[in-house]
Amino acid sequence: MANAYFRLLAAQVRSQTQYRLSFALDLGFSTVLTSLDLVTLWVLFAVNDNLGGFGGKDVLLMVGIAAISFPIADLVVGNTEKLRFYVRSGLFDAVLLRPLSALGQLVAMDFAPRRVGRVVQGTAIYVVALAVAPVQWSAPVALLVVLAPLAGAVFFAAIFVAGATVAFWWIDSGEISNAFTYGGKDVAAYPMTVFGGLFRRVFAYGLGFAFVSYLPALAMLGKSDPLGTLDWLRWCSPLTSLIVATLAGLFWRSGVRHYRSTGS
Amino acid sequence: MVSTSAVRVLAALAGAEFRRYVTYRQATLAGAFTNTVFGFMRCYVLLSVAAATGQAAGYTSAQLVTFVWVGQGLFAVVNYWGQQELPERVRTGQVVSDLLRPVDLMAGFLAADTGRAAHAMLTRFVVPVVAGLLFFDFYFPTHAWTYVLFLVSTAAGVLVCSACRYLVALTSFWLLDIRGALMVWVVASGVGSGLYFPLPVLPDWVVTVLWVGTPFPALMQAPLDVLVERGGTGHGLVLIAGQVTWLVVAVGVGRVVQRRALRRLVLQGG
Repeated sequence: MANAYFRLLAAQVRSQTQYRLSFALDLGFSTVLTSLDLVTLWVLFAVNDNLGGFGGKDVLLMVGIAAISFPIADLVVGNTEKLRFYVRSGLFDAVLLRPLSALGQLVAMDFAPRRVGRVVQGTAIYVVALAVAPVQWSAPVALLVVLAPLAGAVFFAAIFVAGATVAFWWIDSGEISNAFTYGGKDVAAYPMTVFGGLFRRVFAYGLGFAFVSYLPALAMLGKSDPLGTLDWLRWCSPLTSLIVATLAGLFWRSGVRHYRSTGS
Repeated sequence: MVSTSAVRVLAALAGAEFRRYVTYRQATLAGAFTNTVFGFMRCYVLLSVAAATGQAAGYTSAQLVTFVWVGQGLFAVVNYWGQQELPERVRTGQVVSDLLRPVDLMAGFLAADTGRAAHAMLTRFVVPVVAGLLFFDFYFPTHAWTYVLFLVSTAAGVLVCSACRYLVALTSFWLLDIRGALMVWVVASGVGSGLYFPLPVLPDWVVTVLWVGTPFPALMQAPLDVLVERGGTGHGLVLIAGQVTWLVVAVGVGRVVQRRALRRLVLQGG
């Protein structure tokens, strides 16, 4: 069975590398696109050298965790965005007929190898951030350094799947999920102290984006959340990711059950 | 010379595209929602940057608020990253039926995009701006004519952007698969136009290179600077003149490239 997925993946990679110049440009510039977050941050810091009460090295660590976890999720399940095309055209019928998991097929069918570049780059940013930022190394911190990006990736993957699932009810919803995937990635990369009011309550703590990189980064730096989050919660990002992933999985199942094909 | 019948055809194309977007109600709502979420995020970040001194790169906090929210509205009007149909039609060979029509390919493209922009101005522009007005303190222009100049500058931005995107689409005649060229455009237009941050936060020489050497600031930075009256009305008029210059350049290059593209067109398939 794993062989079937592998063949689907290999076919995708082969087909997308056919137009070589286009693939090279795509790979190169989609990698550059990730560093834009860093450029933006650097530019903004150059203005006042302070962002929401944190210095550049602290924020670099937050950016680092987001910069590695989002591309992993994007590489693995980012292509579930295409679900709406399958639902609209009725092609999802074919997906359901095959003796493989529907979600697994979606992942394999539209696999985008160009996204590998961003994972590599995100990893580099994270490593540099760990070296530069005043991390308070200890055994639990070392464990968190490894787990936080993975937990973040699971979190974003859940958001991707949940966002795609909306297409079962609302076909043209693609842009809404962008607000939570790409928008969420940007929110997660900044200290939550930057944001205010209802927006912070909903995005950072309600939806849990503070757990992706802000709170783990605080734990690594040995700082408490100025916004008053309990200290032990800073270590809980793997747990929150599991909860969010479970919810997204249940949502996906109810979405698949709701699918009624196109009728044409 | 453009005849009146050609103008009527182009107006009909624009009207048809406008009506087409009117039917995409879900997508319009979803897009406006997303622009609003990004508006909140960018607005808070820029306000945080300006928090210490009350200004950033010469913009007051209120000017930054206007810049971000109106920018989020304009992002849908000036169509940066929308889906393009032309490259796919070149790849499949359907472009031949476009070429058989008595409408110039480029003129048709620009006219259709104008219809789309008009629809976006009435829908997707309004939602984020109203959301921003509800939650933040805007800078309002001190002169009434600034609003008129803003509309003129926005129209110029829409056309420059369409002409540039048409050039990107034309690469499909050579590359067939334009994802790569599109990615170059996405990166350059995003950073160079003031979408991520107002350009003046960059070093002066970079800003000068962008304004003089690239069409990107003409897409969004120009109309937004006109609206927040950066440098006064005189400076605004200079910006609009710059946009018009870029429009002429982009359309001119587009004509040349189109002629070459059509000469080398090989139809795919049978």
